[in-house]
Amino acid sequence: MTNLFLSIDAGTIDWSRAQFALTAIYHWLFVPLTLGLAVIMGIAETIYYKKRTDFWKKTAQFWQRLFGVNFAMGVATGIILEFEFGTNWSNYSWFVGDIFGAPLAIEGIVAFFMESTFVAVMFFGWKKVSAGFHLASTWLTGLGATISAWWILVANAWMQYPVGCTFNPDTMRNEMTSFVEVALSPFAIDKFCHTVISSWIIGAVFVIAVSCWYLLKKRHTRLAIQSIKIAVIVGFIAALGAGATGHKSGQTVAQVQPMKLAAMEALYNGGNEMDLTMIAWVNPFKQPDYTNEAEPAMKLAMPYGLSMMATNTLDGYVPGINDLLNGYTKEDGTVELSVDEKIARGKLAIQALADYRKFKAENGNSKPGTLLYKKLFLEENMPYFGYGYVKDKHDLVPSVPINFWAFRTMVGLGCLFILFFGVVLILIFDIPMVSLIFRRLFSALGLLDERSADATSPADAMPRWLCWAAILMLPLAYICSESGWLVAEFGRQPWTIQDMLPTWAAVSDLQSSSVMITFFLFLILFTTMLAVEISILLKQIKKGPDATLNDK
Amino acid sequence: MTYEFLQHYWCFIVSLLGALLVFLLFVQGANSMIFTLGKNQEERRLLINSTGRKWEFTFTTLVTFGGAFFASYPLFYSTSFGGAYWLWMLILFTFVLQAVSYEFQNKIGNFLGPKTFQCFLVLNGILGPLLLGGAVATFFEGSNFIVEKDNLINADALTPIISHWANASHGLDALLNPWVLVFGLAVLFLARTLGILYMMNNINDDEIRTRSRYQLAGSAFVFVVLFVVYLVHLILKDGFAYDESGKIFMEPNKYLHNMIDMWYLTAVMLVGVVLVLWGIISELLKLKREDPDPEDLEPENIDGIWYAGIGTVLTVTPLLLMSAWNHTAYYPSTADLQSSLTMENSCSSYFTLNTMFWVSLLVPFVLAYIIYAWHKIDSKKISRTEIEADDHAY
Repeated sequence: MTNLFLSIDAGTIDWSRAQFALTAIYHWLFVPLTLGLAVIMGIAETIYYKKRTDFWKKTAQFWQRLFGVNFAMGVATGIILEFEFGTNWSNYSWFVGDIFGAPLAIEGIVAFFMESTFVAVMFFGWKKVSAGFHLASTWLTGLGATISAWWILVANAWMQYPVGCTFNPDTMRNEMTSFVEVALSPFAIDKFCHTVISSWIIGAVFVIAVSCWYLLKKRHTRLAIQSIKIAVIVGFIAALGAGATGHKSGQTVAQVQPMKLAAMEALYNGGNEMDLTMIAWVNPFKQPDYTNEAEPAMKLAMPYGLSMMATNTLDGYVPGINDLLNGYTKEDGTVELSVDEKIARGKLAIQALADYRKFKAENGNSKPGTLLYKKLFLEENMPYFGYGYVKDKHDLVPSVPINFWAFRTMVGLGCLFILFFGVVLILIFDIPMVSLIFRRLFSALGLLDERSADATSPADAMPRWLCWAAILMLPLAYICSESGWLVAEFGRQPWTIQDMLPTWAAVSDLQSSSVMITFFLFLILFTTMLAVEISILLKQIKKGPDATLNDK
Repeated sequence: MTYEFLQHYWCFIVSLLGALLVFLLFVQGANSMIFTLGKNQEERRLLINSTGRKWEFTFTTLVTFGGAFFASYPLFYSTSFGGAYWLWMLILFTFVLQAVSYEFQNKIGNFLGPKTFQCFLVLNGILGPLLLGGAVATFFEGSNFIVEKDNLINADALTPIISHWANASHGLDALLNPWVLVFGLAVLFLARTLGILYMMNNINDDEIRTRSRYQLAGSAFVFVVLFVVYLVHLILKDGFAYDESGKIFMEPNKYLHNMIDMWYLTAVMLVGVVLVLWGIISELLKLKREDPDPEDLEPENIDGIWYAGIGTVLTVTPLLLMSAWNHTAYYPSTADLQSSLTMENSCSSYFTLNTMFWVSLLVPFVLAYIIYAWHKIDSKKISRTEIEADDHAY
């Protein structure tokens, strides 16, 4: 049967990508704050459970109110993402549904119900359940959200690094062979640790920013100071953790997604003893002419840094875009095929699959020897199956400007957060000697007035410029977080599943106009709701905690 | 465990999740009547706060239902969602509106005003059950799609897509089928009936309770008529059967045969129907009684929702199983009969179904903590005083 009903056009692929990106970007505005605030409000309520003071109860309730407003949008955008795998990427859903569907189902059974059950107890159970049960509900809400993140990141990591599966020519799809390999792949563990820990940064920055606004307005100062104390510890640990897990993620990317790494580094021609680019002139609006071997201009780099990051040795070999396109010999002597050769092997795999199916349809299992031979030939070429759908090898190079600048934005802001949390930590806590030295240093630099240099009051210790800086950090935290996703997802392009299925082979049979309409419907809806959410959050913050809260 | 057992087991789990979803649509049913049952802002707040403590269960069950279908029957997931695009997108769109409506509507800073979000709840309350019911009806009535797995090896294809909708309406065509509409409307009125029963149980307010009883009679009557009409149609209609080789063919009175062959499902369904009817009738009788026992009118004794809710699960689960067990194609194609999806040709591999089987053993544990938390939250019924005192009230 021919494709008489095929209504798809090239625009469908682009609009489907745009729609998924839109949903993912919006969803990721709300999830990290949910994950981060869950930890901070959990700590606040734990202190309440220990001390049983009205202050800590109201403090926990205040952050829970803001959590609730944000939580609703996270849930709303999340449902679209799950179903878009089916609606917009139906071929993908069949080709790998045997593997990919499992984490999503487990997410629903194990995580979503925990989150949705206990969030209701957290909001409405203050007067209906015991303090212990309520505290458990608050932590279980956060745990549910974190377990949910685990399973969706397992699914996402599998798209970046498909393991634990094999292709079944009889069912024409990939099938799971090891659940443990899928659920505990090194990529999944790195991704989970880096993503969740970096989400805590957003929660911490949010709490510090709101608290600093109260300090500037000289309102709710006790709540502000105590909240900053909790948030800055969470944030500082998270910022250091994000750096460490980010480094580990980078090493995994170097091993399994070398093209992504090359794009992130704007590395056109690889080699040994490679430097790590700190900054370089990469035109943000134009894909570079990497084939002409013109490396980016004005490059400031850390010697041996990239080799060290990718291979743990100073002279390790790191391939560039051209090496990956044209093929190269690895240090262990194995040859990485050129993309042209991979495309040829991919077409062989597709033909081998066609031959296998035709032979089986005509002969059944009556000639097992020939059938096995055809199957073995297919299996030999199967690792390149996805390349068989590639028409032009340059389609396999992701956007260098997006990856390069998004990566630098993420890492640069990540470093800034370590500095920011470090400064707040030293100023807000009266650490013997250390805080005094730093306060006097800041005073000498004119960043802290003289009266505050020796002060032990935390309110005095937070200068106005730092409060304003904290408020500025909030949008920067979101930019940092979204940049991380841009690197992860744009770096994978054009593969929906790395080396296995390109986007144009994964999409649904839809008219581009249909997807375009839903894209704009969701854009309008999400943007309107985001505006409402921001407006509500601002009003809630302005209103502040319960008026009866003791400010002393 | 055999592959066949796992296929049947997962069909049961998905059907059970579908049935639980239909029961939990009481949230939508109640919301569709916000302006009918709540005559002023205070009463509407009572209604919204009542369903607002349960909406996440409906939402989560919908997502888990989708996820379980994806994991166990990926070909259905790709064919139905990718094909009936507009039908599913409309459903999702209304559920997105619902998710934010509770939290946002009465908060300061909501520049769209509370009424906008109440209208969103009504929209979701009507379209959600209607369209979900319509989608379920296609399990019996068929959909307009073609599956061609060999497209994966079609070198000439622009893209190697295996599932196609055979017309440009992408699912909206289902709504032109009157039987799909009958079933969709039956689900809508069932949701409204359950919604009213839930309100009567959950809200300690005489005015709303009295008003609800009058609405109950109307909604329940329409539901029963539509359900009986569809059931008769189902018994009389030809069904999509398949033989041992997997070949699909039309069998006269297939669903009647399923009811006879799988008598145990029919028995469970009948028990379910009786419970639903008892849940409705027992509440109506309390209203009719001239000298009601005061005990009957105590909030904890207004319990029709539990009979009707359990009855709904016991009715819908076997009904969905009738569409798939006993060599029946559960997602029939009206464009190409042999493209129809069966438990055998659309399920995941043995390995995945087996792995997921062990995960599914957590379900009773999940149900247990949901019941416990629900009981704790609902131990005291919602009242006007409580709403005024609760600073997180919607």
